[in-house]
Amino acid sequence: MYSEKVMDHFQNPRNVGEIENAAGVGTVGNAKCGDIMRIYLDIDENQIIRDVKFKTFGCGAAVATSSMATEMVKGKSIQEAMQITNKAVAEALDGLPPVKMHCSLLAEEAIHAALWDYAEKNHITIEGLKKPKSDIHEGEEDESEEY
Amino acid sequence: MKPLIYLDNAATTKTAKEVVDAMLPYFTEDYGNPSSLYSLGAKSKEAVTKARETIAGTLGAQSNEIYFTAGGSESDNWVFKATADAYEQKGKHIITSRIEHHAILHTCDYLAKKGFEITYIDVDENGILKLDELEKAIRPDTILISVMFANNEIGTIQPIKEIGEIARKHGVLFHTDAVQAYGHVPINVDECNIDMLSASGHKFNGPKGIGFLYIRKGVKIRSFVHGGQQERGRRAGTENVTGIVGIGAAAERAFRVMEERNKREIELRDYLIAQIEEKIPYCRLNGDRVRRLPNNVNFSFQFVEGESLLICLDGEGICASTGSACASGSLDPSHVLLAIGLPHEIAHGSLRLTLGEETTKEELDTVVAALVKIIERLRNMSPLYEDFLRKQ
Repeated sequence: MYSEKVMDHFQNPRNVGEIENAAGVGTVGNAKCGDIMRIYLDIDENQIIRDVKFKTFGCGAAVATSSMATEMVKGKSIQEAMQITNKAVAEALDGLPPVKMHCSLLAEEAIHAALWDYAEKNHITIEGLKKPKSDIHEGEEDESEEY
Repeated sequence: MKPLIYLDNAATTKTAKEVVDAMLPYFTEDYGNPSSLYSLGAKSKEAVTKARETIAGTLGAQSNEIYFTAGGSESDNWVFKATADAYEQKGKHIITSRIEHHAILHTCDYLAKKGFEITYIDVDENGILKLDELEKAIRPDTILISVMFANNEIGTIQPIKEIGEIARKHGVLFHTDAVQAYGHVPINVDECNIDMLSASGHKFNGPKGIGFLYIRKGVKIRSFVHGGQQERGRRAGTENVTGIVGIGAAAERAFRVMEERNKREIELRDYLIAQIEEKIPYCRLNGDRVRRLPNNVNFSFQFVEGESLLICLDGEGICASTGSACASGSLDPSHVLLAIGLPHEIAHGSLRLTLGEETTKEELDTVVAALVKIIERLRNMSPLYEDFLRKQ
């Protein structure tokens, strides 16, 4: 079901953990749907993401997308991090099964939520950043077919 | 590769060697069509008759009350659709439980769209049907009560005899989906007032693609598959002779070894439950401790998601199952776990381990050791666990 890359990031997740006094922390998803992702960002004075950690409650795809997303933002400027889409995360993992695409959306949202927290704490605005949704599954369509 | 530890016997079982041996001649030697007149056909017919008699005998039924089908789902579909068809004049109300298999629940959805009214009876926190609610739900236009014998996820065995009495008292047909129970625990259709019963071969060491429906004499439901005169004109299509021989041999074997096997499985089951409860904190046994299938263990582990758990177990060569949404492709966790009152996040962390006749105590020790390690690792990366520890 999963690509080798997904399995690798699930079994050996990169950047698991917490950052004390992080510059920004974002938590998205909800336990009701079975996945919660939390991302911690350490951002220096030049707005470069020096370090990133995550914790995730969720399926294999949720853990793997969190892991991959942290790798993709590490060392980047916050503007570069803003450019990382859920699609890019999924592609970097050699794809996800269609029912698991929402997990990659969760990773994108988690980064945005952590950046939003950073922006609020520092009273700045980040171009293109919107207030994170409280529930990642809002507006998702039911794709099941009926026979 | 680590040696395989198969603990998903509620999903399917290994076909027993003696069952395969019984089936083999009917592929290449006695391959005749039971409807043919010559003696090659007669041999097949004889084998089908023998299997039918064996199965009838295990249930306390007559052999002309056993109809072979392609499995549990077909049997369930047949019951619901054909009962709706035959008894529509009496009424359009059907009663079932909230924790049925999807073969029943989705058939109910289908019938509801065709104008039937379905009442779903609640279960208690252990998954046992609320009998008072059942009795209150019966109306003059109720045509069918269907309650599963034992639940496929949490293993709870229903008070089938009491349900049968209630159905009989009110003159309503009673069907039970016994897919998980038949071949595992004793069942007598007369003692329990069962009018119809579904079963499936591969759940008790028989082959896949074969099952049966018991229909009590006098129940007026008609054919579901139209065509030839097979199965007394009620289920057309050339008999799955090898499958029928297989399910017959598996039934004979299951009832022959049942007592001894139950004793052994219950001992192993309770050992596994005790080990998990002792070694893993923040867990909850789902289902009734006593009224439970001998081979079923179902736990919820807080702060952990079921699919991750399954992938990690698979990495250790352990086959298990979960009621988590992520494993099913939908966003909702198992309807059974929600029906027994589990909050969503606890339902997502469920794990079902179903033992088989080859399961050993050593295997269970390996599984418990793996679980301890995996759950600790997953909890350490769970934000829910982090929040929980902070609140402590």
